[in-house]
Amino acid sequence: MSYLPNILFAMALIIGVGYFVKNVKKLIRNIKLGHDVDVSDNKSQRWKNMAMIALGQTKMIRRPIAGILHVIVYVGFIVINIEVLEIIIDGLFGTHRLFSAIGKPYDVLIGIFEILAVLVFISVILFWMRRNMIKLKRFWKPEMTSWPKNDGNFILYFEMVLMTLFLVMNATDVHFQNMNSGNVVSQFIAPFFSSLSETTVHVIERAAWWMHILGILVFLNYLYFSKHLHILLAFPNTYYGSLKPKGQFDNLEAVTKEVKLMMDPNIDPFAAPVEGTSTDTPAKFGASDVQDLNWVQLLNAYTCTECGRCTSECPANQTGKKLSPRKIMMDTRDRLEEVGKNIDLNKGTFKEDGKQLLDDYITREELWACTSCNACVEACPVSINPLSIIIDMRRYLVMEQSAAPTELNSMITNIENNGAPWPYNQMDRLNWKNE
Amino acid sequence: MSELLNVPTMADFMAQGKQPEVLFWVGCAGSFDDRAKKITKAFVKLLNKANVEFAVLGTEESCTGDPAKRAGNEFLFQMQAVTNIEVLNAYDIKKIVTACPHCFNTIKNEYPGLGGNYEVMHHTQFLKTLLDEGRLTIEGGQFKGKRITFHDPCYLGRANNVYEAPRDLIKKLEAELIEMKNCKRTGLCCGAGGAQMFKDAEKGNKEVNIERTEQALEIKPEIIAAGCPFCNTMMTDGVKAKDKEKDLPVMDIAELIANAQDL
Repeated sequence: MSYLPNILFAMALIIGVGYFVKNVKKLIRNIKLGHDVDVSDNKSQRWKNMAMIALGQTKMIRRPIAGILHVIVYVGFIVINIEVLEIIIDGLFGTHRLFSAIGKPYDVLIGIFEILAVLVFISVILFWMRRNMIKLKRFWKPEMTSWPKNDGNFILYFEMVLMTLFLVMNATDVHFQNMNSGNVVSQFIAPFFSSLSETTVHVIERAAWWMHILGILVFLNYLYFSKHLHILLAFPNTYYGSLKPKGQFDNLEAVTKEVKLMMDPNIDPFAAPVEGTSTDTPAKFGASDVQDLNWVQLLNAYTCTECGRCTSECPANQTGKKLSPRKIMMDTRDRLEEVGKNIDLNKGTFKEDGKQLLDDYITREELWACTSCNACVEACPVSINPLSIIIDMRRYLVMEQSAAPTELNSMITNIENNGAPWPYNQMDRLNWKNE
Repeated sequence: MSELLNVPTMADFMAQGKQPEVLFWVGCAGSFDDRAKKITKAFVKLLNKANVEFAVLGTEESCTGDPAKRAGNEFLFQMQAVTNIEVLNAYDIKKIVTACPHCFNTIKNEYPGLGGNYEVMHHTQFLKTLLDEGRLTIEGGQFKGKRITFHDPCYLGRANNVYEAPRDLIKKLEAELIEMKNCKRTGLCCGAGGAQMFKDAEKGNKEVNIERTEQALEIKPEIIAAGCPFCNTMMTDGVKAKDKEKDLPVMDIAELIANAQDL
């Protein structure tokens, strides 16, 4: 029976990691529902962007308070997780603090972990206060109610609990405290347990140890259901982020083909299509649902952690319009999740559900309020591009539905007829010279 | 206007078998909008002063397709683009300058994919080069010591990372360059981009140009400098809405420089 803890631990690990892997596979499948886009260019610049923006947090610190607090939590998260490696080995083989065999460096390492744990704890408290007491505007927009609001707080509670368990685990480890090296923080917590019997302290230590590692496994699996996925997806997302100038919108290839056909005087418009050369279904212009977007846009949606920097910089949102770039991303993700669940329920194929991203999630009013100013794109700390989704959906509205606002239709007619958005004759283009 | 502007067309150059140094892409606003036409003329005066051999397309120019593209009409955009590229390539154009950041962005970034490859400059960048090369000199003149703030056009700034050329020119006027709380990469839009210029705004609690004008008024400038005909219109309207049009002119960088030289 002495192997029972080891077996239980191995089972917890297999279930925890297994379920996570299952969901990651689902995540990848959902992202691949988007159509393909070539992002194979300029690998060195892409690696550099990932190193600077995701790893280096360069865009996070543009807002210094949130930025520095975030860097603390981020560094804490990465560094303290070295400890998880030891916990896993200990758990599987029934050892205790296996790495302590390396001596002094171990103590230094644990000392650093303990300091970081306290810093993370404080930062998380401050984050919580920013959300719930100071009530920063961007956390209280209409899209930040119910689940998104709770999700933000749950993550903070998780981190508070995990950090506390880590410190309690160290404080109640009598052997570790007796070494009196590396317990820079936990030595001040240990006295709280000094009145308890040795057995009780040991039970608390074991309980903290188990809850810590089980908590980590639960948190890992929470990611998929949470905005917190950004801790993983920020890396691929910054890698695949656009390298083009922000003002450059893609030229739709399907349209290019049609325009070339129209402009080519040698083409016989009545010719029968050559067999095998043209596809039967004409390409759909623009996007009305998530499958019409490309996979990088869908990756964007899963990466969004709802920080709202985009929305707080958006001129339309600042002046009270319904548009919120963050909501565009959240809607895209929620619809994609809905489509994914539909596929799960219908044995791998999507069954028409009478819903789509347009109208059922994102309204036309939101789409038409955008000034395409790129403030949202610039603000995003992890290279998400809400603007590209807005433009793709406008394309659908205009080219598939002819549903542009009336005034825009006159602008479009003017360009068609006069080569200018206003009703002036092209022959008068140089009149200014003599006025 | 009595003074004569020298504005040759590409057709004129072609007839003489010559090629200009640069094509001045005037744009729809610069051609037709009364306010923007003044910017066009100011820029031409500077080109004339610096003896730049430039040409315009005149009646052969057509909308770049920018507002159509941003409104979602990719089809019309590409029709416009392909037609314009045919004209530009027929004249063997290599270098283009424009006073409109929307034309600038579209020709520079979106035309290459459709077969139009040119060196494209915004007029503030071009003027800066003329200064650096000593072909044009600026003296502060009437703007010396004036508090001037620059409103970054989205399609010049964030869209293409051009922040310094217009500011360098303002500094050359010996003016005091002051910045709004949102400037450069966090610059607030004027509200005209993305085809908003041609429609009413969606329901909200304020117009974007009013918000931006208020940001400008906070720092008490004597002049608001712009680098885009659409921003110019939006900011001028904003200033009017605040009853400040007498004290606070909105001027394009080209106009500032031309006026400083009493051109």
